[in-house]
Amino acid sequence: MIHLTRDPIDTAALLAAVQDPHCGAVVLFLGTVRELTGAVRTEYLEYDAYAPMAEQKLREVAALAGERWPIRRAGIVHRLGKLAIGDTAVAVAVSTPHRAEAFAAAAFIMDKVKELVPIWKQENAPDGSSEWVHGITPS
Amino acid sequence: MIVHLFAGARELVGAPTVSAELPNGATVADLRQALLQVNPELAALLARSRIAVNHEFAEDSAVVPEGAEIALIPPVSGG
Repeated sequence: MIHLTRDPIDTAALLAAVQDPHCGAVVLFLGTVRELTGAVRTEYLEYDAYAPMAEQKLREVAALAGERWPIRRAGIVHRLGKLAIGDTAVAVAVSTPHRAEAFAAAAFIMDKVKELVPIWKQENAPDGSSEWVHGITPS
Repeated sequence: MIVHLFAGARELVGAPTVSAELPNGATVADLRQALLQVNPELAALLARSRIAVNHEFAEDSAVVPEGAEIALIPPVSGG
């Protein structure tokens, strides 16, 4: 299960999709919308993506992780559109025979998602201002 | 050549795509120059952005194939 969605992420379905009888470990990571980044308050986030490339890159990220750890199944779902505080923006689930690999692989997948996948978030502040996040601190 | 824009680049230009004139055999570096000519407001962000050709990140030295799908990829912020 590797895809983008505009609907709330079904984490139960994602967990079910990575279940495997040869695995003793399943790690589920959820990235959620945070209200405070330093002193800056977020009202909501808007996510956009270059969808066909993003889905291709998500599959590549899962494949990269599969070259490093004995992953039986991996799932990545990223949500797009308007998200409120506490909503899940991204979910990663990995199943492996032992837990150390599952923790490491899930962390690796998230690092690569943040580096390689064309998805962007727009911070929307309580005063109505908004800014796309492109890796620089607003001056 | 149509270039797809996203996020801050789309906001700066005020449109989801821009077109740039490119001769046959032009490289990604040439494409960057052409984009700057048409949309100088992109300069600062373009310098920090990658160019995707047919859904793959492309080096500045790569030749842009005819009919390729081109996108400007500003620093990503998913997750």
